[in-house]
Amino acid sequence: MNDANTLKSCWSCKGPMPAEELFCPTCGAVQGPLPVNHFRRLGIAVSFDLDVPALDRLYFDLQRRLHPDRFATRAPKEKALSQQQATALNDAYETLKDPLKRADYMVHILGVEVLPEGCTLVKDQKILIEAMEMREKLAAADTMEQLNVIQRETKAEIQDVLSALSLAFQGHDIPGACELTTRLKYLDKMMGEVRHARARMLA
Amino acid sequence: MATLLQIHEPGETPAPHQDDKKAAVGIDLGTTNSVVAVSVDGALEVLTDDDGQALVPSVVAYAPDGSAIVGELAKRLLLSRPDSVVSSIKRLMGRGAADVKSLGGQLPFDIEPAQEGGSQLVRLNVAGRKLTPIEISADILHALRERAEGRLGARVDRAVITVPAYFDDAQRVATKDAAKLAGLEVLRLVNEPTAAALAYGLDKEAEGLYAVYDLGGGTFDISLLRMEKGVFQVLATGGDAALGGDDFDHAVADHFLKQRQAELGETELSTSEVKMALMTGRVAKECLTLENDGQWVLTVGDKVTHHKLDRVTFDDLIRPEVKRTIKICHEVLTEAGYDPMDVKGVVLVGGSTRVPQVRAAVAGFFGSEPLADIDPDQVVAVGAALQAEALTVGSDTLLLDVTPLSLGLETMGGLVEKVIPRNTPIPVAKAQEFTTFQDGQTAMAIHVVQGEREMVDQNRSLARFTLRGIPPMAAGAAHIRVTFQVDADGLLTVAASEATSGVEAQVEVKPSYGLSDEEMSTMLRDSLMHAQDDMELRLLTEARVEAERAMLAVRSALQADCSLLSMQEREVIGEEMDKVIDAIRGQDRDAINAAVENLDAATRTFAERRMDKGIRDALTGVSVDALKVGEGDA
Repeated sequence: MNDANTLKSCWSCKGPMPAEELFCPTCGAVQGPLPVNHFRRLGIAVSFDLDVPALDRLYFDLQRRLHPDRFATRAPKEKALSQQQATALNDAYETLKDPLKRADYMVHILGVEVLPEGCTLVKDQKILIEAMEMREKLAAADTMEQLNVIQRETKAEIQDVLSALSLAFQGHDIPGACELTTRLKYLDKMMGEVRHARARMLA
Repeated sequence: MATLLQIHEPGETPAPHQDDKKAAVGIDLGTTNSVVAVSVDGALEVLTDDDGQALVPSVVAYAPDGSAIVGELAKRLLLSRPDSVVSSIKRLMGRGAADVKSLGGQLPFDIEPAQEGGSQLVRLNVAGRKLTPIEISADILHALRERAEGRLGARVDRAVITVPAYFDDAQRVATKDAAKLAGLEVLRLVNEPTAAALAYGLDKEAEGLYAVYDLGGGTFDISLLRMEKGVFQVLATGGDAALGGDDFDHAVADHFLKQRQAELGETELSTSEVKMALMTGRVAKECLTLENDGQWVLTVGDKVTHHKLDRVTFDDLIRPEVKRTIKICHEVLTEAGYDPMDVKGVVLVGGSTRVPQVRAAVAGFFGSEPLADIDPDQVVAVGAALQAEALTVGSDTLLLDVTPLSLGLETMGGLVEKVIPRNTPIPVAKAQEFTTFQDGQTAMAIHVVQGEREMVDQNRSLARFTLRGIPPMAAGAAHIRVTFQVDADGLLTVAASEATSGVEAQVEVKPSYGLSDEEMSTMLRDSLMHAQDDMELRLLTEARVEAERAMLAVRSALQADCSLLSMQEREVIGEEMDKVIDAIRGQDRDAINAAVENLDAATRTFAERRMDKGIRDALTGVSVDALKVGEGDA
C-alpha cells in the first residue's frame, strides 16, 4: 500500500508530513484523528481473534501520548485535537475489546453490501424459539442453584458461539457470522437477566 | 538593563512571563471539610494553617458588610449566628429547592423560592443576601486559594478540583463555575475515588483490581479500578450523590428532636433548634466512633433537654444508610462482571469511613480488611495535587475515567432514550439522528436528562436545547444529527447540524439547575475577588500559549527547511518573530494575536514551498523504489 507515503500539511507548522503520523515530525504538534477503521486506529489487522491484554497495552500506549491530560497547558487547538484523538481511541477500544461489539462491528465493516439491514433482523425461527425457551426457564427458576445452572449453561453456549464466530470470520462467511452475532446478542441479554435475577434473590 | 546586552538569533529568546515556579494545587472541596495540597518536584505537602490543621471546615459565615469568613471560625459561629452561617453547601451544588433534605419538617437552610420559568438552581437567604451554592462554594475555594498562596508565597491560579464520581453534569458545571468565581482555572475535575486511587497506587505501588469506597460528609462513591504500571483505569463507578456522614448526623438529630418534642410537648421546631440538633448529632457521631456511649444536652432559648445514646442504638439508627452503600457496591461489581473476591484491596476514603459499623460492613462484603493507611481525610487532596503536577509538569501516569450516569434524551411519552450509557470511558462522543414531524418545521426542542430510570421525570433534567435554523422541508425529510460530547472533566456539550443541507443548527442551552451566561458574568463583575481581572489574565495567558505554539512551529520549520528561503526572506520572517516576542512580553492580548496573524501571513509562501518540496521528495522516493523493483525483476 502506498498510503503510508501520503502527505498532508501539518495544521501548525504548515509543512509536509506523512498523513498517518499522530504528531508532526517537524514541529511536534498533535494531529487530528483520521477516518480509519477501529483496527487500523489501534495498529492491528482486522481479525476476530484478538489478544485482549495486547489490545489493552496498545490502547494504554496510545492514550499515554494522546489523552487530554497530556495537553492541559497547551494551545486550545492542540487540546481540542487531543480530545478528538482520545475520543476516537476510546470508541475503537470499547468496540474491539468486547467480543459481541467486535463481531457486530466486523460484520458491519466487512459485509455492508451483503447485509444492508444489519444483524438485528431475526430471520432464523430457531434463534427466536431458543430465546423464548431460555426466558421461560429463567422465569421458572426460584432457587439460587437453578439460577447457577442457567448461568453455567448460558456461559458454555456463549463460548460455543464465540468459537463458531472465530471460524466464520476466518472463512469469510459473513452471513454465518451475522447469524451467530444475533445469537450472541440474545445470550448476552440472557446473562444480564440472570445477573439481575441473582441480585433480586440476594436482596 | 541587562536586556540591552543580550544578543540572540531571531525568535530564540526564551519567552518572558513564563513563571514556572507558579505551582498548581490540588483541592478536595468536601461537604464537611476541604483540603488543599501541592506537589512540587514530587515532594507532596498538605497545606496547613498556623496551628498545623490541614482540614478547612466547609463552613462560611457572612458578615453584615458581605465579607465571608471560612473555616474553623465560621464553624464556631454556626450556633451563635445561625442566620448568617452556611454549612454542607456541597449538597446543594447543581440542585433545586425540592432536593433539600428537611428535618422535622424544617429545612436547615432558608431557601428563596425559585422563579417561574427560570433556572431551578436553589438560592439561599443568608445575612440579608440571596446566594447560590456556587457563590458560597466560591468563597470556600477562595479561602483555600489564599491559604495556598500564603503557604507557598506565590500566586496560585490553577487547580485540580475533585468531585464525587457520582456527581452529575449540573453538579460538575456548578463546581467549575465556583472555581471561576474564585479566580481559579480548573486544569481538570478529577473524581474523588480516582484521585484517592492515584495517591494510594503511586504510594503503595498497588497493582491489580482495587475498589475505592468513599463515604464523605454528603456523598457516597464506589469505584472499581484496574491499576498497573502507572495506568489507573476506572472500570465502573456508582454511588449516591446525596448519601453521606451528614445522614448519620441527621439520623441522630432526628432521634434527639423526637425525644425533645416528646419531653417538651412541642410540635413546631425552629431553624435554630434544627441546626443545634444537627451540630449535636455530629458531635455524638464522632464521639460514638471512639466511645461506647455518651450524653448530650440540647439548649435552645431557655429550654434544655438531655439525651443519652449508646453505640448499639447509634448503629441501629444508621444501619439503613450503611446497608444502602453495600447494596450499591454489590450492584457496581455485578454490572462490571466481578465478584467481591476478585477485588485485591479496598481503599477507604472520607471521614465517615471511621465509623466502626461502616468498616465492619465493608470488610464483611469484600471479605478482607479494608486499607486505610493513608489518612482518609487527606488522600483525595493528595491525589489531586499529584494530578495537578502531572498536568502542568508532565508525567507517565495515566488516569482513564468513565461516565458515572447514562445520558439520554426525552422521547415520545416521557420516555428516555439512552445516548451514552454509564461507565463509558471518557472522553466520548455519540451522535443521534432526529427528524421533524411537521411540514416546514424549522425548530426543535431537545431535553437532555441524566440517570438510569426509564421515565424522564425519574431522572435528573440537565438542560433543554432549542435547535433553530432548520431549513423548511417536508415532515420526516430533515436529518438532524445531534452530537453529545463528554470531555475528560465529565462535562457535556451538545452540537447539532442538519445533514442534507449542512446547516449548523443553533443550540440554545437552558440549564435546568445552573447559571445562565449573563448571571455568570454579573457574578464575575460583582465578585469582590477581582475575578474579572483574573478572566482578563487568563485570556492573556491563552494568547501567549497560542503565540508560543506558533513560534515553535515556525522555528521547527526554519530548522527543517531553511534552505528554501533567501537571506532577505529569512530576515522578514525573523522580524515578524521578533514582533511576536515583543508582543508576548507586553500585556495586550490583541497585540499578541495580531502579531501571530502577521507571522502566519509572512510564512505562507514558505509553507507552500515546503509542501511542494515534500511532494517532490515523496515522488522521487517512489521512483527510486520502482527502479529498484525493476532491476530486481530483470
